[in-house]
Parts: sequence; C-alpha cells; structure tokens
Amino acid sequence: MAEVQELVTRLTKQFGCERESLLPILQDYVEEKRYLSKEAMVEIARQLDLSAADVYGTASFYSFLDTEERGEYVIRVCKSIIAEMKGKKEILRTLEDLLKVKVGGTTSCKKFTLLETNDIGWSDKEPSMLINDVPFTDLTPDKVIKIIAEYRKK
Amino acid sequence: MSNTNNSVSRADVIFGAYASEKYVVLEKALKRTPEDIIQELIDSGIRGRGGAGFPTGLKWKFAAQQQSDEKYVICNADEGEPGTFKDREILMKVPRKVFSGMAICGYVVGATKGMIYLRGEYKWLLPSLMKEREIFDEYIKSTNIDFSIEFILGSGAYVCGEETALIESMEGKRGEPRNKPPFPVVEGFKNKPTVVNNVETFVNVNMIMRMGYKEYDKLGTQDSRGSKLFSISGDTPKPGVFELELGMKLSEFVNEFGDGDTKAVQVGGASGFCVPRKKFDETIIGFEGIPTGGSMMIFNSTRSMYNVLHNYLEFFCEESCGQCTPCRVGTQQLLKGIEAIKNSERPESYLDQLLKLTDTMKIASKCGLGQSVANSFASIVENFTEEMVY
Repeated sequence: MAEVQELVTRLTKQFGCERESLLPILQDYVEEKRYLSKEAMVEIARQLDLSAADVYGTASFYSFLDTEERGEYVIRVCKSIIAEMKGKKEILRTLEDLLKVKVGGTTSCKKFTLLETNDIGWSDKEPSMLINDVPFTDLTPDKVIKIIAEYRKK
Repeated sequence: MSNTNNSVSRADVIFGAYASEKYVVLEKALKRTPEDIIQELIDSGIRGRGGAGFPTGLKWKFAAQQQSDEKYVICNADEGEPGTFKDREILMKVPRKVFSGMAICGYVVGATKGMIYLRGEYKWLLPSLMKEREIFDEYIKSTNIDFSIEFILGSGAYVCGEETALIESMEGKRGEPRNKPPFPVVEGFKNKPTVVNNVETFVNVNMIMRMGYKEYDKLGTQDSRGSKLFSISGDTPKPGVFELELGMKLSEFVNEFGDGDTKAVQVGGASGFCVPRKKFDETIIGFEGIPTGGSMMIFNSTRSMYNVLHNYLEFFCEESCGQCTPCRVGTQQLLKGIEAIKNSERPESYLDQLLKLTDTMKIASKCGLGQSVANSFASIVENFTEEMVY
C-alpha cells in the first residue's frame, strides 16, 4: 500500500492534480506496474479529488489501461481482418503453446500476458503484435519462438 | 488535371526530402498575413485528409474569427481505422512537415499551443518525434511567433479518432464524443477554439505553402485536389503506403495493386465501403465517388466476405463507446444477426431487418462510428448476399 501511495505521489507531482492529468498518470502507472489495482485507482482518486468510480470509469474505457493483473510483458496480437488473412491464428497458436496460456491468460511466473487487440497500424506487415510498446511485424511461428526466447532472458 | 491515361498517377511530394535549411516553408509562411494564407488554402480546395473531408481553409478561417484568450491546434494522430498506417509513415519519415503545418496553423488562427494526440499503439514513435521537436523549438526561438508542441498519448480506443472524443480524452475523460454543434473551432479543448486536423492535412498545408495552390491543384481532380496517401494491404503483391492522385478509377487501382484475382476492395477501412469487382470500373476514389482516409484493403476470391464482415462487426462492438443506444445495441444486434442467419436460425429475409437497423443507426447514432457501420454492412450484405447465407 505504501508503495502504491509513493508511486501515485510521484506521478501527481510530475503531471499535476488536474483532471487532464488523469490519463498520463494512469498510463505511467500501467507502464510501471502493468495494471491498475483497486488500491491504485482509489489512491489516484484520492489525490486528484475524484471519485474512485470516475477513475475506474475512465480507466476501463481504454483497452491499454488494464484493470486486471498482467504479466511483466503484455503481448497484444493484432486481430484485424488483414492479420487474420495473413496467419494470425497460427501466431496465436504458437504463442499459446510456448507460454502455456490461452488468450487473456497470464503465465504462472507472471512474466507474460497474452492478449488480442484491434489494428495496431501494421496492415502492410501482418501478422503483427506489440510486446508492451514495441511492435513486431511480418511474424512467422519461427520468428515468434525467437522473440519469446529473447524476452525470457530479460 | 484529370487522369486521362489508364494507369494510376503517382505523386511524390509528401515524402520528398527536407530542404537543406530547417523549417524554410514555415519561415516563408510567417512573412505572409494570416488572411492571405487562409485565402490560399481556400483557393487550393484542400479538404481534410482524415476521411471526412471538411475544407481546411474554412476550418482555419472559422477558428481565426473566434475571439478568445486561448486557442489550440491539435494534430489527430490517432490513426485507428483498420487498414490505415499512412500517418505512421509520415511521423516516421517527415515529422518536420507536420510540425511546420501545425505552427503555420497556430500563426494563422492565433494559437500558441499545439498538441499531437498520438495513439498508444504508436508510442514507439515518441523518441524520434521528441528529437525533431528539439530542432523545432530551437527554430521557433529565432522567429517572432510563440508556438509549442506537446505529445498526448492515447490508450487504445478507436473512437478517440473522432475529434470531440479525442478532446474529451485529452481532458482526462472517457473518450465519448460530444454533441455537435458546438464544433471544436468554437468550443474545443477546455471549451476554447480548437483546430483539429489529421496528420496528413498538416503536411498538405506545408505543400501548398511551398509550391503554391496552382501547382498543388495540378494534382488530382476538380473535386479532389492534391495527392493522397493510400495504405494498401491485403491480397496485394505490394502492400505499403503509396502517394497517388485522387480521382482514379478503382479498376485502375486494382490493375496496379491487385493480385489478378481481386474480388472486392474495402475503401476507407471498416467504416468505409466494400466495392465488388463488377463495380470497379464505375467507382471513383475521391470526393466525387468514395472519399477515403486512405485505407485500401484488397480481398481476392479465396476470402469469405462473411468473415470480413464478422471481423468488422466484432471490431465495432468492441470500439463502440456505449454512450448512445443505436450504436451500442445496434452493433451487437448486427453481429448476432449475421451469426443467426449463417447458422440457419434466421431466414435470409432477416437481412432486410438488419439493413433497416443500419438505416436507423445512420440517422440516430451520435457520431461517425455508429453512423458509418451502415456503409460496410450494406455494401457487403447487398453485394455478397449468398455468402452471408450459405
């Protein structure tokens, strides 16, 4: 709890306590902790003088502001129609096999979360995915195996 | 002006190399009066590049006319339309032209604050954009204007590409579109006059300032002036971003970019129109035909148009902000409806009811998201009815 308070205090100092500070605060909190816990949202609400429901209502509107526990690396596989045409299914299957989780799941070591997301702006190089903020494109199962191996080492 | 030959005319201006001196176009513009610049933009006939196509010169004129202590210039870089990725290329390759266009806008309308709303999916672009901003800040110090550029990140919400939803998001709220009017040029960010333009529009302004409207008008057609970036994807041997002149026939486009087996082209993304092969020859890409933000998704005969529509509808269900009922409930009912027909739980005639529902959504939805679901739905269902049923 003290840790949550400390982080939120740091973020409100950086971005201010105005209404328009809310999104940057939520975004940076997620960047550090990968998701917004209930405690975090209550604390942010307290420091910004908003209701917790308002903070949750805002956070839950945005698909990148997770309110459920996530792993250290959040993998978002693009599920646009073009991605589907270019082999998204195979990429997902490879990831599910490698990580031993289904879409929506987090590995037991809390290192990876596997999600799908709407178009990430790489339709010319599908299939694609984001790992946290980093895009990976023109994916093949082999390429995915190598990328995950690299991330396991981190 | 018009495209008389049978091939697609390419332009090569948007990604053209920078001048050796930094921000020369901006410098040139600052020597002119705001009224003069507005007049040139109006004369050029430029229309917004995001898809809706509002005349840029008029938008700036309205903003300039507003009396206010504070005004804002917003660059909409929330490029979320499925199949679009041109703004990614602009921001990667020629961000200087965007910044320059924004500063010209600031000078013309009397704003000192510019903001770029960058979609969260493009956060990786931020370091290179910040580098260019250092150069920009340095340049601005040498001018007699005050203009700063700030980056605001989105967090994965398609609807925030709608300008008033974008403004709500910038204010730290849920990205729910506002009622219009008032339009942002009157009451935008923090209820102050705000110009919201697409990334590519700012680059086009820069082009017009550099070459003059007469040169600019040599590109494109009477109703669709200038060139346009197209994001080309799907069943094509050459996916990527191409700068083409507006006003081409879809058949010309397909000859150049199709794989020889093109069955349909989705023009303008999931919220645009699906054109079947038999209509390629009569379809013009531009404001006199089908206007587009530039997304061109090509499907060949191996693709199921049911799957295509199903994918779009899942997308709309997720991305509908939920604020207004026609869109929130309508998108879900359309998805359930086509599934029920496919599974023979409903007769083919049920499609007519669904089409009526899209008509209602078109009239009653609050913003472009719900209003435009009808475009792809009707154009796919009417042209590929048998694929929806069997």
